[in-house]
Amino acid sequence: MSEIRNYTLNFGPQHPSAHGVLRLVLELDGETIVRSDPHIGLLHRGTEKLVEYKPYNQSIGYMDRLDYVSMMSNEHAYVMAIEKMLDIKVPERAQYIRVMFDEITRLLNHLMWLGAHALDIGAMTIFLYAFREREDLMDCYEAVSGARMHATYYRPGGVYRDLPDSMPKHKASKWHSGKKLDKLNAIREGTLLDFIESFTQRFPGYIDEYEVLLTDNRIWKQRTVDIGIVSPERALQLGFTGPMLRGSGIAWDLRKKQPYEVYDKLDFDIPVGVTGDCYDRYLVRVQEMRESNKIIKQCVDWLNKNPGPVMTDDNRVAPPSREYAKTNMEALIHHFKLFTEGYTIPSGEIYSAVEHPKGEFGIYMISDGANKPYRMKVRAPGFTHLASLDEMVKGHMIADVVAIIGTQDIVFGEVDR
Amino acid sequence: MKLSVLDLKENVDKVLGNAVVASVLDNGELTIEIAPTTALNNFELLKNELKFEQLIDVCGVDYLSFGETNWETRTAVNKGFSRGVFDFAEEEDDADLMKPRRFASVYHLLSVTKNVRIRVKVFPEDTKMPIVPSVVSVWTCADWFERESFDLLGIIYEGHPDLRRLLTDYGFIGHPLRKDFPLVGEVEMRYDNEKKRVVYEPVQIENRVNVPRVIREDKITNTEQGK
Repeated sequence: MSEIRNYTLNFGPQHPSAHGVLRLVLELDGETIVRSDPHIGLLHRGTEKLVEYKPYNQSIGYMDRLDYVSMMSNEHAYVMAIEKMLDIKVPERAQYIRVMFDEITRLLNHLMWLGAHALDIGAMTIFLYAFREREDLMDCYEAVSGARMHATYYRPGGVYRDLPDSMPKHKASKWHSGKKLDKLNAIREGTLLDFIESFTQRFPGYIDEYEVLLTDNRIWKQRTVDIGIVSPERALQLGFTGPMLRGSGIAWDLRKKQPYEVYDKLDFDIPVGVTGDCYDRYLVRVQEMRESNKIIKQCVDWLNKNPGPVMTDDNRVAPPSREYAKTNMEALIHHFKLFTEGYTIPSGEIYSAVEHPKGEFGIYMISDGANKPYRMKVRAPGFTHLASLDEMVKGHMIADVVAIIGTQDIVFGEVDR
Repeated sequence: MKLSVLDLKENVDKVLGNAVVASVLDNGELTIEIAPTTALNNFELLKNELKFEQLIDVCGVDYLSFGETNWETRTAVNKGFSRGVFDFAEEEDDADLMKPRRFASVYHLLSVTKNVRIRVKVFPEDTKMPIVPSVVSVWTCADWFERESFDLLGIIYEGHPDLRRLLTDYGFIGHPLRKDFPLVGEVEMRYDNEKKRVVYEPVQIENRVNVPRVIREDKITNTEQGK
């Protein structure tokens, strides 16, 4: 009798459902996975080394590029680390703006995840729907920062500038003109906050549309129910955070448990799963979108009523006013030094974490008193989730690998850094 | 129920006893240092007795050039910025490479039940061959974190089941996050049309320092009065 050996299959690094550049070496017994070995690092850009050579403010832009589908949440952890070390108080309006954009970012991330995950396991339509909504949200990004994705909008001490009073409008073209154009621009007549408010009114209806397509869909359930089950004990042991941990039934959310900014003043709930399979994690994330929508609505109401500064007046990180700098020598020098050399942070270390759409995103920063970080470590949620892939796919079929990569919500910008 | 940091410190002292070499309370965070020889045992105590169920992060640190600057500063006035003075005597000094306590492995732990965090530092005894015990047997997720730290800093985790490089290229030489590894790297890669393959060559570019690294002790940068 001839010897039967396991078959080794190389998956990626250019596979459309690998969500980026993931190379998987799968050991198969027939079509069942015996072992999987993810090879990562194909998108390693050395962010942690680069920031050691740049003044603090110049590295904010690198943060956007870590998890490139939830840009502002990454920035948030970084600027919060600096603020904690310098003990800077952020104006309340800036805190609300940050929370609002964190939640917009969560929607952006979850929409991207939902679209890609559904596309991977056979539902095409949802991808197009999700991108329709993402377009509106990216317009919000563009309105405040000028960039649709890599915003670099948060600053230590607040945000770069206040919310704009008008939304950019569509211009006439050979595709849109006349009444059609007016209809497109109707929601863009008011301020950015009006635009966001109209979005929050439309959005729950859109989520219902996704749910009609997926939640009770027989094929969707066959592909996700009881796939990649993780027990609560294992989820803790594997270092899961965010929706992955909540999908396994542990109600842990930094926004509730260790509130930062103004999350303790807002009303929202934490959805939790029961069995810890792909379907539960899908339900958790969809419910999270509804909760985020609620938070955004509350922030819009507050921001409409409360004008005020969006940047601290602490001159260690904030430049002196234009007027003052032009009449006072010291202020002018300060302005110049702040934008060339940057600011120094007293020697010490900090760990600051935010509830990122994917889990706990943390920045561990060590300062030796210089104007550049001595060492900065990015604690990316996707890294630990992908590390558990071997355990999650063991015993499943090849097709389930795609479902499990999808449910982990992997983005290589943060895994490889 | 959120446990306060002071209560945590008390509990840690009670459970770990003399094993805590040093403990610092700063910015509302507790940092303890434990010796590499007894580390594994103490990590188990932290997990089982003090309920730190989750290992959030493992981070290797190289303290080689801690506190060093490109640019010396001299205090000028008590309100404004100090004067910068170039430090021309910038010579390569290899003596430092053997500095004791050069490397550290830093662990961030989280207790979901008690809602507290703790930071644990382990300094390997030897600098040439920095070895700390692996905690994979305590927390499964330490696997990749330790591989990453080994890859980027060359810290060896004794008892790790599969200590391979993780983030750098196949066949990479050196540990990029060490302070004596240049920012621009050692080699560059290009496709050689004659050899019909990818070749590695020593790097051509030089590292440019656009903004010098400075440490200022001025009032303006370290207090709130700089208005």
